Amino acid sequence: MTTASAEKTAENGAGEEGYNFAYLDEQTKRMIRRCILKAVAVPGYQVPFGGREMPLPYGWGTGGMQVTASIIGHDDTLKVIDQGADDTTNAVNIRRFFARTAAVDTTEVTAEASIVQTRHRVPEDPMTEGQILVYQVPQPEPLRKLEPREIECRKMHAYKEYGLMQVSLYEDIARFGEIATSYSYPVMVNDRYLMSPTPIPKFDNPKMHDFPALQLFGAGREKRIYAIPPFTKVKSLDFDDHPFEVQQWEENCALCGAEDTFLDEVILDDRGGKMYVCSDSHYCARRRAEGHRGTLSDSAAAAYAAAVGAADRPSEDGESAEWVT
Amino acid sequence: MSPLMRVHSLSHAFGNLLACSDISFELHGGEVLGVVGESGSGKTTLLNCLSARLTPTNGIVEYDLRGRGLTDIYTLSEPERRLLLRTDWGVVTQNPRDGLRMGVSAGGNVGERLMAVGARHYGEIRQEAEDWLSKVEMDLGRIDDAPKHFSGGMQQRLQIARNLVTKPRLVFMDEPTGGLDVSVQARLLDLLRGLVRELNLAAIIVTHDLAVARLLADRLMVMKDGKVVETGLTDQVLDDPHHPYTQLLVSSVLQV
Amino acid sequence: MYVAVKGGEEAILNSHKLIAEERRGDPAVPELTLTQIKEQMQIAVDRVMTEGSLYDRDLAALAIKQAQGDLVEAIFLLRAYRTTLTRFGETLPIDTAKMAVRRRISAAYKDLPGGQVLGPSYDYTHRLLDFALAAEEGAGEPQAEEAAETVAEAMPRVTEILNHEGLIEEEIALNDEEPVADLTREPMEFPADRDMRLQNLARGDEGFLLALGYSTQRGFGGNHPFAGEIRLGEVAVEFAPEELGFAIEIGEITVSECQMINQFAGSAERPPQFTRGYGLAFGHCERKTMAMALVDRALRARELDEVIEYPAQDEEFVLYHSDNVEASGFVQHLKLPHYVDFQSELQLIRSLRRRHTEETLEAAE
Repeated sequence: MTTASAEKTAENGAGEEGYNFAYLDEQTKRMIRRCILKAVAVPGYQVPFGGREMPLPYGWGTGGMQVTASIIGHDDTLKVIDQGADDTTNAVNIRRFFARTAAVDTTEVTAEASIVQTRHRVPEDPMTEGQILVYQVPQPEPLRKLEPREIECRKMHAYKEYGLMQVSLYEDIARFGEIATSYSYPVMVNDRYLMSPTPIPKFDNPKMHDFPALQLFGAGREKRIYAIPPFTKVKSLDFDDHPFEVQQWEENCALCGAEDTFLDEVILDDRGGKMYVCSDSHYCARRRAEGHRGTLSDSAAAAYAAAVGAADRPSEDGESAEWVT
Repeated sequence: MSPLMRVHSLSHAFGNLLACSDISFELHGGEVLGVVGESGSGKTTLLNCLSARLTPTNGIVEYDLRGRGLTDIYTLSEPERRLLLRTDWGVVTQNPRDGLRMGVSAGGNVGERLMAVGARHYGEIRQEAEDWLSKVEMDLGRIDDAPKHFSGGMQQRLQIARNLVTKPRLVFMDEPTGGLDVSVQARLLDLLRGLVRELNLAAIIVTHDLAVARLLADRLMVMKDGKVVETGLTDQVLDDPHHPYTQLLVSSVLQV
Repeated sequence: MYVAVKGGEEAILNSHKLIAEERRGDPAVPELTLTQIKEQMQIAVDRVMTEGSLYDRDLAALAIKQAQGDLVEAIFLLRAYRTTLTRFGETLPIDTAKMAVRRRISAAYKDLPGGQVLGPSYDYTHRLLDFALAAEEGAGEPQAEEAAETVAEAMPRVTEILNHEGLIEEEIALNDEEPVADLTREPMEFPADRDMRLQNLARGDEGFLLALGYSTQRGFGGNHPFAGEIRLGEVAVEFAPEELGFAIEIGEITVSECQMINQFAGSAERPPQFTRGYGLAFGHCERKTMAMALVDRALRARELDEVIEYPAQDEEFVLYHSDNVEASGFVQHLKLPHYVDFQSELQLIRSLRRRHTEETLEAAE
């Protein structure tokens, strides 16, 4: 109980003055790591944990941050994305937080990161064994929309009573002719626990299955942690005669020409003009650096990149990313 | 033949108030037992104790579980009881709101039990739902409508279909025709009588309405102040009541 | 060309500069000092300490200044700071019966041992804007006169008076063996025991509790409350270091306390008697403690075998939504980008509309 005062002086000499390495005190980190171990041992099960107040608001990634803060070390390299992009305000802000409190290296290159913290996307580039993907979770309970009561939800998980979830999919097909859930699409993990994949688009669901990297999920406000260990079965719910399908676009990425990525719609004017670009900003920039081109001319693409501050910009730790042309 | 359900010395008290006291009986497969008495006589408490939804203060409720034989249902774990309630048993409540999901379509309501036990083929689930909706004489055009828009009689028929879809052997009914118009009641009773015979269902029906009891029940239990005062074959009890309370009950309603 | 907004670090830094400029306001006006806030905005400071769960007037004043007077934001700042503090141990429970009372009123008895002490209160002020305060020279140095007699030393709590006759339930912890729950260390669990509920309410948003407490009075709940006693004053904080083996006084804090007395008709297990609702807050937060006491009582429905039918009785509803740091964060997180989800919904609605058109056309043929 008295060790924390020693911890408070940032021993690494690099973190924020007056705060421990990666903000949380070591006791809290140990508590969270124990919860993570439990979560890994019971894939898909929501482990309650004593979530702490973080200096960012609830709903802005406090759960993911606590998980990251508990597992990050001096040698780690961190990538933070929001909506697939490294340069959205919230991603920048969280990356700044760890650069400031933990003084770790940051990167935008998926393959270089040892930890990737994400909100709403799984990176397009494959992740490998040894990497960790940390998801920020606003609502960990996949049954919440059907059953607002926590006590009843926990019973349904404990008894594996998931008929009601299937009813909601049935209702979609009866009403719309298809399962009208496009994100937060529920999955069964390891044939046992129903799990919310967080609001990633269902496009990303198949990536979770048999994923080589460890997937950790942190919900700060709801104080739950859950996990998918590497190479675990993750199945999106469906019907035999209405199998799970992912979104498809008729268009390709206007910048890099990719045909198989999740695309953001970019409104060009107020007369319905639009184009589509990869939501994963790093993936798109890398492909362009490799010479891939979409329909947009080079000069227009450069103008776009300059406007969104996406590609041709040094990352904030001052290192120019290698793939930038 | 061993009974489907055996009840021994069942009592339940709410604090000092003894709601039902020392009740014993046996129920065989395909048999319909009517429990009659005025409101406050402990009928509903008894039904809740029998259907694994209220742990009795005293006594034993045994049920012939598939593959396990007669088993005290209160020795089962909660998930086992919940599974029993949505597979081998059915519960039809007086207020359809308690027994239906009012915002889920009729088809979804019927299909829920199938999906709960693992059905994953939309077309087959829907076909089964349609079959059951026709069996309870519902318009198939309403299959995608939510029961909140249905009449009381239709809601009750839907509740029955929703319960029977897993082919239960025992159904508990609490005033299944209560609150309905007389003509609607008559149609529903006809339907219930037909289904019970056709499916060889056992049922325990709680009602204050002796006409319902006469139409549906093979045997009757008459309750007063939490106690059973008279039992016997339905015709016997209604045509030749022995206990003064039964006599009063019978004489206070029009003969049917 | 119009492009989607994807801000970067620079935008964030600029935004910080802008808000700092706004906070400072006109530089011709002298800057507010923490001492001024601490001394002249005491009730704001008290609320921030209470809901921020940290008794520190200086830090609360700093938080209020930093948040430009936005108390919910100030509470958040204090909480985020609090979470990094080392815990040395737990104090003994404070004893409000030994409070140095500055204000003590009971609505249940006209007179009672120790008497009614009105103390500092806005209750009987006329709510007329006092333009004297607006004058250049300000409020001056108002001085209350000293009372002819000192406040009684013995000031038994009203609930104890009722307790002598057995008219009110005894205040006993359900299980004294168990350590008191601590929401700052462990997640909420349901059903929640009273210790956890009270801690949640003490940290809970005053506005939310006020509305809920009010709802129980208007008919969404039926507790028939009496303000048994409200008191304000200073209590000693005692700590028993393990090395020492006995308790020592480590300081003094100001608290407001409210004990509500409520009718109770009795149940199978309990005879008819009065029941309690309890509210406690740091500093002068009387409204908060009254609302808290009403909600505490309403939340005891399960324990007292009452039918749970109103929002204030529903513990999952109340406890999950009372925390303004959580609520404010989650409501405002809607400002974060949701393009990916929105894009998914766009795709879906286009596909549904296409299907709808096709079906309509088919039907027309």
